[in-house]
Amino acid sequence: MSYPHLFLFGIYPYIALVVFLFGSLVRFEREQYTWRAESTQFLHRGPLRLGSNLFHIGVIGVFLGHLGGLLTPIAVWEWLGVPLTAKQLLAMGAGGVLGGTGLVGLLILLWRRFSNDRLAARTPLRDKILLPWLLLTLCLGLATIPESAQHLDGRAMLTFMLWAQHILTLRGDAASLVVDAPLVFRLHIFCGLTFFMIFPFTRMVHSWSGFASVGYLTRAWQLVRPR
Amino acid sequence: MSHFLDRLKFLSRTTDTFADGHGAVVSEDRQWENAYRARWQQDKVVRSTHGVNCTGSCSWRVFVKNGLITWELQQTDYPRTRPDLPNHEPRGCPRGASYSWYVYSAQRVKYPMIRSELMTLWREARQTMAPVEAWASITADPAKAARYKAARGLGGFVRADWDTASEIIAAANTHTIEAYGPDRIIGFSPIPAMSMVSYAAGSRYLSLIGGVCMSFYDWYCDLPPASPQVWGEQTDVPESADWYNSTYLMVWGSNVPMTRTPDAHFYTEVRYKGTKTVAVSSDFGEMAKFGDIWLAPKQGTDAALALAMGHVVLTEFHQTGKSAYFTEYGKQYTDFPMLVMLAEGEHGLTADHYLRASHLSGLDEANNPDWKTLLIDAKSGDIVVPNGTIGLRWGEQGDMVGKWNLEMKSDDGREVDPVLSLRDCCDEVARVNFPYFGAEHQAVLTRNVPVRRLTLKDGTSVLVATVYDLMLANYGVDNGLGGEHVARSFDDDVPYTPKWQEKHTGVPAADVVTVAREFATNADQTRGKSMVIVGAALNHWYHMDMTYRGIINLLMMCGCIGQSGGGWAHYVGQEKLRPQQGWAPLAFATDWQRPPRQMNGTSFFYAHTSQWRHEKLGVNEILSPTAPKGRYAGLSLLDFNVRAERMGWLPSAPQLETNPLDLTRDAALAGKDPVAYTVEGLQSGSLKMSCDDPDNPKNFPRNMFVWRSNILGSSGKGHEYFLKYLLGTQNALFDDEKDCIKPSEVTVRPAAEGKLDLLTVLDFRMSTTCLYADIVLPTATWYEKDDLNTSDMHPFIHPLSEAVQPLWQAKSDWEIYKLLAQKLSEIGGPVLGTRQDLVLTPLMHDTPGELGQPLTPKDWKKGECALVPGKTAPQMTLVERDYSRIHEKFTTIGPLLATAGNGGKGIGWQTAHEVKELATLNGRAANGQPKLETAIDAAEMILTLAPETNGHVAVKAWAALSKITGRDHTHLAVGREHDKIRFRDIQAQPRKIISSPTWSGLESEEVSYNAGYTNVHELIPWRTLTGRQQFYQDHRWMLDFGEGLTVYKPAVDLKTTGAMLGRAPNGEKEIVLNFITPHQKWGIHSTYSDNIRMLTLSRGGPHVWLSEEDAKKAGIVDNDWVEVFNLNGTLTARVVVSQRVPAGMTLMYHAQEKIVNVPGAETSGKRGGIHNSVTRTVTKPTHMIGGYAQQAYGFNYYGTVGSNRDEFVIVRKMNRVDWLDEPKNGQDA
Repeated sequence: MSYPHLFLFGIYPYIALVVFLFGSLVRFEREQYTWRAESTQFLHRGPLRLGSNLFHIGVIGVFLGHLGGLLTPIAVWEWLGVPLTAKQLLAMGAGGVLGGTGLVGLLILLWRRFSNDRLAARTPLRDKILLPWLLLTLCLGLATIPESAQHLDGRAMLTFMLWAQHILTLRGDAASLVVDAPLVFRLHIFCGLTFFMIFPFTRMVHSWSGFASVGYLTRAWQLVRPR
Repeated sequence: MSHFLDRLKFLSRTTDTFADGHGAVVSEDRQWENAYRARWQQDKVVRSTHGVNCTGSCSWRVFVKNGLITWELQQTDYPRTRPDLPNHEPRGCPRGASYSWYVYSAQRVKYPMIRSELMTLWREARQTMAPVEAWASITADPAKAARYKAARGLGGFVRADWDTASEIIAAANTHTIEAYGPDRIIGFSPIPAMSMVSYAAGSRYLSLIGGVCMSFYDWYCDLPPASPQVWGEQTDVPESADWYNSTYLMVWGSNVPMTRTPDAHFYTEVRYKGTKTVAVSSDFGEMAKFGDIWLAPKQGTDAALALAMGHVVLTEFHQTGKSAYFTEYGKQYTDFPMLVMLAEGEHGLTADHYLRASHLSGLDEANNPDWKTLLIDAKSGDIVVPNGTIGLRWGEQGDMVGKWNLEMKSDDGREVDPVLSLRDCCDEVARVNFPYFGAEHQAVLTRNVPVRRLTLKDGTSVLVATVYDLMLANYGVDNGLGGEHVARSFDDDVPYTPKWQEKHTGVPAADVVTVAREFATNADQTRGKSMVIVGAALNHWYHMDMTYRGIINLLMMCGCIGQSGGGWAHYVGQEKLRPQQGWAPLAFATDWQRPPRQMNGTSFFYAHTSQWRHEKLGVNEILSPTAPKGRYAGLSLLDFNVRAERMGWLPSAPQLETNPLDLTRDAALAGKDPVAYTVEGLQSGSLKMSCDDPDNPKNFPRNMFVWRSNILGSSGKGHEYFLKYLLGTQNALFDDEKDCIKPSEVTVRPAAEGKLDLLTVLDFRMSTTCLYADIVLPTATWYEKDDLNTSDMHPFIHPLSEAVQPLWQAKSDWEIYKLLAQKLSEIGGPVLGTRQDLVLTPLMHDTPGELGQPLTPKDWKKGECALVPGKTAPQMTLVERDYSRIHEKFTTIGPLLATAGNGGKGIGWQTAHEVKELATLNGRAANGQPKLETAIDAAEMILTLAPETNGHVAVKAWAALSKITGRDHTHLAVGREHDKIRFRDIQAQPRKIISSPTWSGLESEEVSYNAGYTNVHELIPWRTLTGRQQFYQDHRWMLDFGEGLTVYKPAVDLKTTGAMLGRAPNGEKEIVLNFITPHQKWGIHSTYSDNIRMLTLSRGGPHVWLSEEDAKKAGIVDNDWVEVFNLNGTLTARVVVSQRVPAGMTLMYHAQEKIVNVPGAETSGKRGGIHNSVTRTVTKPTHMIGGYAQQAYGFNYYGTVGSNRDEFVIVRKMNRVDWLDEPKNGQDA
């Protein structure tokens, strides 16, 4: 196992996660006014609604898929009796559909943003980094599907689940688990981790609030406060 | 504490529930609410306003947050008006509301900046030389001088520090004083009312060193010469609240909602009262929408419209005797009954001078008999000297004092009933000639006038007529005598009937009759509550006095002047410096020495930017057809000006070719009195006046200060002439002086270029003027200094207040000039020492000097009379200047106020008490005098000395006037005798001024301020020859130029387009249009045309308006780039094609900066200019008259004016828009 590999898949994930979590926290604490989605709807409408809906459905679906797929302990799958192959097909199918939806949405949004002079002028550097990076990550993710299709035994999936769970449970050997993983997977992982690095410096922070808004479902209709 | 941790307390957050769990009591963190609370929390809120010429003088709250100026809001705590009158609020407009943008904008001048070429030369020279020597070495070397002068306007400033900048300026001033004379140092700053202390700072410095302050009101063409001519008053107008008292309101050539935005509500409100409104405007301006009737005369023909209305009123109300009120008013308050002699000329009889007491034997007038006009008393049938003529104002003794009033008496105390018309008591009916300038009739119209025949003291026989009879004849009204050129009905095409005006103005005759009839009927029934608001659209024409006098005549005929809700409301420029008499000693340092040097701006710029070299308007084109042939042969407009200067009518700057400091020294060496020495020298020809030889380097203006002004981006008529001749830099002047009229009384040398050695500009933004400066000094914005501001639109005094200290290295104007005074004392003191200066002043209005030459003027230079200073030539006064004490004098109040008193407009009072009060208020300086360290000290000086802000002084001033009029006026101020308005008072709330005799209106609980009110109600004479409002002007030049009575004069031909048509074709169609430069919607002074907020709301750069027809003719569509050019120069702009504009004219909002979005011009290959690139100053001889009662010089009171609307331009679509954005030297920066 080479040192770069160890760094990228053993150490870099921690750097990325720390920047992601701590960065978000600092921004939330200190820069509340910047905590927003930076919507450009009032500058130009265009195909915003279509693009945004497709993109958000796709990307949130993919995110939840990754979360569930990678972090659900293997024992749970076994207890549920889901064979690895089935899980892999589910991941490929659902991931493919949702990823494709997200990709179409993202392309619409990118076209809208850069084909309109006002929007292009109001696009800051952070967006010019974030949006292509999302596109790259998404494309790499979709590119893993043909690769996976050659090995339907679900072994590769298992490897990545183990890697992710080892990382989260702070076991030092995680990097060694993915030494032999195909390049496209490793690139996708690297891009995904880097996305978390960028996250706190961009409009992506609004997704924290988005998830927090689930709380509205259980909230009382009217809130009052004592003096 | 922590936003995040607080979010995590969801378990303990809900402390209770209610409404079946639909509601919850939570203990969430409430920190986020602070954002909303802090939104309206400020470090401080100060009251300030915008020190601009917008006349708004609006009270604004300026907010400071975290040490930064954040925004401004209208302040709405004005004192209430009377119960029957709407309040003033809210005042303020979008321009003012966007001002704070400037404070931190990229336009801000942050540091002293110096032209890099000059800085290099200066540093080089200073290696080996002392400052004064260094400056001399740079300016004496033509190559060095040209190096920085030719770079003016082409960028390349470097940052400097205050020490270097002030050292260069002090060295330049010192060298100029030493080598050429202090009157070669010029200052231009306009409109003191917009920030009095800032104005006074510069003018005090200049006055102390002997420099010259330039007038501006006339130069801006905001001064209406008709006002001094008719009333002897610079400008006095109703406050906007008085519009509400009107019951018939005409708005004529003044775009009230746009240019008087904070006041326009009175215009709206008065209509709810039932007042009829009439709008008169050639274009469909905003104010046209307010009019019940809109009359749209062709631009520049308004005089015809006014004369036709006058014709209707004279016919229906005067000739018929229908209105007792009009008759009574005309007898008492106008010169209607005054007798005018008729002179036999080449073509026959013409109206000549007023008959004077000196003409008749038996009137027994010892004092000023030449200056007392006469009328016939109906009861006795005698010719009497009525009270109130100007001869009774000055020099009377014993019981003749106190006759200067408008009581219906003769000066020997008899009751008088003046005869208006001689129709029923004439000796004969004479055929009198009236000049006509309208081209389509004969040039001389002969009409019947009833006359008396008199035998004069010298035995000659003369015919006399009343002004009233001459007026009827002049207007073509048949007084029952028949004859030629009088109308039998309004449908006769005879000057000046409604039918006649139709072909000049395009307004239907019936509309004219309707409006005139309604106007007069209303005035008759309400005793004068008909009002006319007038403005720049009329006053900026060459013959503006004809239009204005036409309208004023209408008002006088209808008894509207001086009546609440009536009168002449001329709103052009913020001329109303309410506490003027308190301000003048500060501004012109008359607390230390008198008199100051002042110059009329238009004549100065006409001469020194060499615009006279390009004069194409011949005097013969404007002379009256009734003027004797040959009297003015060979004279050009400049020759008239030079005559006026040497006869003491107009001021001069520079004054004498010889340095006045050397002159007094030479006189002392010769053992002679300096004045006698100068008189001798001028008469023998060994001394010359500077005006005789403007291109002699000895007569150049050398140093110039510009502050509170954007003269080169805004008011500088003949912009390209400024650039070429005064500044010596890149320009786009196409005219060849070979084609122009040469003066005959002036030495004409090869044209000099780059006359100015040093141009210093004080500004807070990099304006067009700054770009041409040698040194730019960063000054405080209006939110960074303490100052005073007043307006003619309302009676309040406003402060400007320091919200934050001047940012970056900026200083307030007061501090800057204080620093310069200190530097000059340091550098110039040892070099110059104490010197005697000889100051020339013209025969001033409101002083005994205004009684100059009573009849036909004589010229000492032609040997027609002796040179008598103060009578036939300028007054000459010796002034001592100690150049080492300039700073000391600048910062303390001098002793002269306590000993010589204070005053103004012909009234003087003692003021030692107030000086003592100031010593207690401001403290005493080391020299024992009251301190004048800060701008607030200066403001207190103004407020303490002025009658308008100090009740004690007001009572003293009224008492002083009472002595002259013989009537007690103090009751007008005693009610407020103990009121003293101080600077902190007006910071707390705007304060109403106290009524003062220096103005003709009152501010009280009973009436709104209205001009002429005290003349009518207190019987104080107008400050004219007759003491009345004058329909007639009898100065020789007025008569010879055909303006004795009001006539219609079409626009003059300036001949600037013919030679340019097709000279540099680009294939597009060229069309010729009249060039009109009104105020801009998005930048009326309070912001300028470089404010991004305002640019965003308009076209984002320079633009001109075209009519749809003209656009179509020239193949232009909206938003095209066009070039607008003529012989004077060129400019580039986008086009707004609009139905607002009538065919034949193009509108260009004035003062659009050269610094935003201006591409290169195709004709010149250089960057397009400003609106004044296509204009040129053209002076008018009648404005040069002086020493003749109301036609005597006063600073910003009378003098040549910079008219500009007679100009024509070629408009052409551009083929190539070249931004010329390569670096200055062709290399990459």
